[in-house]
Amino acid sequence: MEPLRRHRGKVAVLDRLNVDTDQIIPKQFLKRVERSGFGQFLFYDWRFHADGTPNPQFEWGNGSADGASILLTGENFGCGSSREHAAWALSDFGFRVILAPSFADIFFNNCFKNGVLPIALPKETVDRLFAQVKAAGDGGQDSGYALTVDLEQQTIYNDNGLEVSFDVDPFRRKCLLEGLDDIGLTMQWEDRIAEFEKKYAPRERYELFSNCYLNFE
Amino acid sequence: MLQKTGPKTLVEKIWEAHQVASEEGKPDLLYIDLHLVHEVTSPQAFEGLRLAGRKVRRPDLTYATMDHNVPTDNPFVVNDPIAAKQIAVLEENCKEFAIDLADLNSSAQGIVHVIGPELGLTQPGKTIVCGDSHTSTHGAFGALAFGIGTSEVEHVLATQCLWQSKPKTMQVNIVGERPHSVSAKDIVLGVIAANGIGFGTGHVIEFTGDVIRSMTMEERMTVCNMSIEAGARAGLVAPDETTFAYLEGRRFVPSGDAFEFAKEKWRTLRTDEGATYDKEIVFDVTAMKEQVTWGTNPGMGTDVDGRVPYPEEMESESARRATASAIAYMGLEPGMRIQDIEIQHVFIGSCTNARIEDLRMAASIVRGRTVKPGVRALVVPGSKQVKLQAEAEGLDEVFKSAGFEWREPGCSMCLGMNPDIVPEGERCASTSNRNFEGRQGRGARTHLVSPAMAAAAAIAGRFVSAKAMLEESIVS
Repeated sequence: MEPLRRHRGKVAVLDRLNVDTDQIIPKQFLKRVERSGFGQFLFYDWRFHADGTPNPQFEWGNGSADGASILLTGENFGCGSSREHAAWALSDFGFRVILAPSFADIFFNNCFKNGVLPIALPKETVDRLFAQVKAAGDGGQDSGYALTVDLEQQTIYNDNGLEVSFDVDPFRRKCLLEGLDDIGLTMQWEDRIAEFEKKYAPRERYELFSNCYLNFE
Repeated sequence: MLQKTGPKTLVEKIWEAHQVASEEGKPDLLYIDLHLVHEVTSPQAFEGLRLAGRKVRRPDLTYATMDHNVPTDNPFVVNDPIAAKQIAVLEENCKEFAIDLADLNSSAQGIVHVIGPELGLTQPGKTIVCGDSHTSTHGAFGALAFGIGTSEVEHVLATQCLWQSKPKTMQVNIVGERPHSVSAKDIVLGVIAANGIGFGTGHVIEFTGDVIRSMTMEERMTVCNMSIEAGARAGLVAPDETTFAYLEGRRFVPSGDAFEFAKEKWRTLRTDEGATYDKEIVFDVTAMKEQVTWGTNPGMGTDVDGRVPYPEEMESESARRATASAIAYMGLEPGMRIQDIEIQHVFIGSCTNARIEDLRMAASIVRGRTVKPGVRALVVPGSKQVKLQAEAEGLDEVFKSAGFEWREPGCSMCLGMNPDIVPEGERCASTSNRNFEGRQGRGARTHLVSPAMAAAAAIAGRFVSAKAMLEESIVS
């Protein structure tokens, strides 16, 4: 996984509530057996008409998200299906950071596994950022509103004096800062897992999970 | 190990019994008892294992089937080459890593969340994961069951563990006198409509109360299945005699003395007197009616005799916009009567509502009636076992003679990854779980309902009360 320490990028705005993963990556693109190449299908049914031509009515139809790497959006982003393809599509499209008042749990997890940092900010902060981006004008590829996200310092700032701090789970922060492969990390716990299995875990699929009894009696 | 002292909730008990490691300021390393695998969210995980030269740690605690892509007219003819490849890749992966697979030839094949309970793989007190958000279904048995992404699928395959931060707990207490016409689906849709589709975020919901206690296992599965539609990490119900009666005699459930022993232990799986939840909600079903969703998320629903709302009734600017946009997508008018909405498709199926009781309920409405001309109606049983059982009871004939199509098991039109799709601009009464834009096909309009309500809609060609139809007060 590509580490993420400090990231400066253009902000793309999607001012909608409850954007579900069916919208982020529609089901017709879930049949691939690779992890790569999903960016072209991001928000496909919104970005494109049924015949594959671009939909200029969509918020990004004027190119406002071109070259963006920070997504600013509404509450409960990523709800619905567990499809990690949603995180793959956002990452492949170029997003490294997502800012929203809240996220759905599974999507939130999936982001961290793919080097994408989801940050939950107070709603007032998000509203303030929405206003600032709108005031800055959408612009094309090389213009628009930029932010810097510093994961080490846990702050977000811009050139005009804005500075907000944010919370992040320390373990996830470390994994992202160092680009750690968490399976490798877990395998370092092999002794503990083996010990646990010996004592408690089912030896066969139909066996009871014996630890239940120990703790509940 | 960091563990709570004093009275504990059911979730806390299961959680603490599975902690492999627990340190301050870190998520816990949690042991997984059962890992269910399907064709759509697993290929990249197996590929990851191969690239790193890793093995599946516990193939014996892993069980696979194919459901999402499977055609339901003839499962063996997969015309979509990419879907066919995904199915073939699952077969190869299961062979290579020695994982049991209920393939298309197996009498156990079906929707992963239908077959887990059916085979008795799903048991009280277990931790269960699957690369599918509706894994919450298994919580009906008092298991802690949750959906995960593909990276986590790979992680569980390699280590049989997951790093998870301890969830917050929530009690959803379902109380009151349940009207006979109100199904489990109506109740869970009602809970979500009343509290919003994000109210469960970060929490595991324990459903409690007399209404839950008197529900069958099938009904509890419907309720727990939809807890993800409230944003919850999982939903569960403490096991009781109903649970044990369902489990007894199933393939992977211990038998004889071992079963008696298991029951004794399972009985301890309940929230202690005096334990507290982080959040508590009470929902009274006494005045409930059958539900129909009008919008593009499962919380946008109302009574069958209700109306489509006016956006200006909503509290915030963003909610007003979301409502207006949903009504526009759905091709409805604000203030329109739900009963005036005409449908062209009916789908009875999915991990929410394709079990034998669901089909019996739908058949009881359909019996002796005919599908409205111009309506295409599908019944897709949740598994081979459900299909065989339904056929033994003659339900297939009830459906077929009324004009329904009787299909082979799979996820089908719930998400349209197979050829079962609703065309653009057309409308479907669906017993599935999500009415998101494009869920059943690009531009398709989905209304979530119970099996009885879907059956009634097939007959009437519009939404009507199934109860009223049974009382024959509605002439179709």
